[in-house]
Amino acid sequence: MDRANSRGMIYLSIIVAMMLAILPLPAQLDAFRPDWLTLVILYWVLALPHRVNVGTAWVAGLILDILLGSTLGVRALGLAVITYVCAMNYQLIRNFSVWQQAVVIGVLTVSCKLLIFWAEHLVSDIILVPQYFWSIISTMLIWPWVFLILRRTRRHFGVS
Amino acid sequence: MKPMFGRGPSLQLRLLLAVVASVSLIFLDSKLDLFSPYRVFLNSLVSPLQYMANAPSQLFDTVAGKVISREQLQAKNQELEQQVFLIRSDLLQMENLKEENNRLRQLLGSPVRQDARKMVAEIMEVDSDPFTHQVVIDKGSLNGVFEGQPVVNDQGVVGQVLRVGSTTSRVLLITDNSHGIPVRFQRNDIRALANGTGDLERLDIPFIPHSTDIKEGDMLVTSGLGGRFPEGYPIAVIDRFEYDEGMPYARVDAKPVVSLDRIRYLLLLWPSESPDPVVTPEPAVSPEPDNAPAKSEATNG
Repeated sequence: MDRANSRGMIYLSIIVAMMLAILPLPAQLDAFRPDWLTLVILYWVLALPHRVNVGTAWVAGLILDILLGSTLGVRALGLAVITYVCAMNYQLIRNFSVWQQAVVIGVLTVSCKLLIFWAEHLVSDIILVPQYFWSIISTMLIWPWVFLILRRTRRHFGVS
Repeated sequence: MKPMFGRGPSLQLRLLLAVVASVSLIFLDSKLDLFSPYRVFLNSLVSPLQYMANAPSQLFDTVAGKVISREQLQAKNQELEQQVFLIRSDLLQMENLKEENNRLRQLLGSPVRQDARKMVAEIMEVDSDPFTHQVVIDKGSLNGVFEGQPVVNDQGVVGQVLRVGSTTSRVLLITDNSHGIPVRFQRNDIRALANGTGDLERLDIPFIPHSTDIKEGDMLVTSGLGGRFPEGYPIAVIDRFEYDEGMPYARVDAKPVVSLDRIRYLLLLWPSESPDPVVTPEPAVSPEPDNAPAKSEATNG
């Protein structure tokens, strides 16, 4: 598979993650919606850190900001920062077992969410609701499956 | 092994660039509102994704509509016909009353009320930012939607248009933290403001003195004072009126009449300030006069 096509798979998975992020869910489940975009971006950072890193994460975060109608740049900031942390330590995180990785992903998601909240809090008086953090649990629980699916996709299409 | 970050700037530099870029974006967007002219373009750019995310529930709706049985349809049709019959009979009187009201207003020298142009919009069930109360609707600038346009449904006021794309737009609900709406108590014409609280079930009415004649169950309607919402649409019902002698003002909470977590169809209103209201949405075509920051305006009007 040639270069352009394999790169296309990365972008396709990011677009799918964005769609999942805005897909309608029942109100009870909505708080538990995993942070799909964070999961997918972090997978690609761990797998191909020279391909997907801060720049890709920033652009993806910006598009999500437009999609969700929030202040431009807040998710871009959060995603860029955690992507940096992940890309700096990718060799360490790669050697963890998948459940240890899930914990790392959880910590990174918390930091991302806090960064987003702080940035939003600085520009408008918003209220922090506890439901905001519930999605971290589902994000951690779903990491192993996202990891397996994306790894299979990556190997199948020979993305490198 | 190939060098990890051989090409392009180093990772640290990239992070620095990303942080600087996002901080300046956040500042320019929220404080200076520099991007509102481009939001139409940006929103149109991402609307295919929104339509795609909306597709499964649309499909489900279509399927559910196809498999409905003949008996159900007949029963529903009968029910609806009866409803139309009842509403028609009310309307007969309504026309008469409208006419009479207009004549009385003319006698008093007040401006005669005009009918607003309306358009039905459907909510595209896409998720929004958890910190704000917004919904996305399937009408945009191509349909003449404009920023700050009042949005109601059959129960009462829902909110106002915050941002417009070419085929979708974003509606700010009245319960959003940054939203305020001028109201009037239907019973005794006291004027007040109703601010959103970030809670879908509660509006806050600030600056009400203890001695004000307010009861639980009072209906709040739009006062039309901000010039944004037409007058007389129901907004909320007072469900709490408490005062503490130590506090300067009473604490007044109201519950929106529209159940905002289960809205589906909305009505967009074109307020008729022009003498000829029914023909074209003239104010809708030119968004320039109303281009000032929507967020700060929302509090006044």
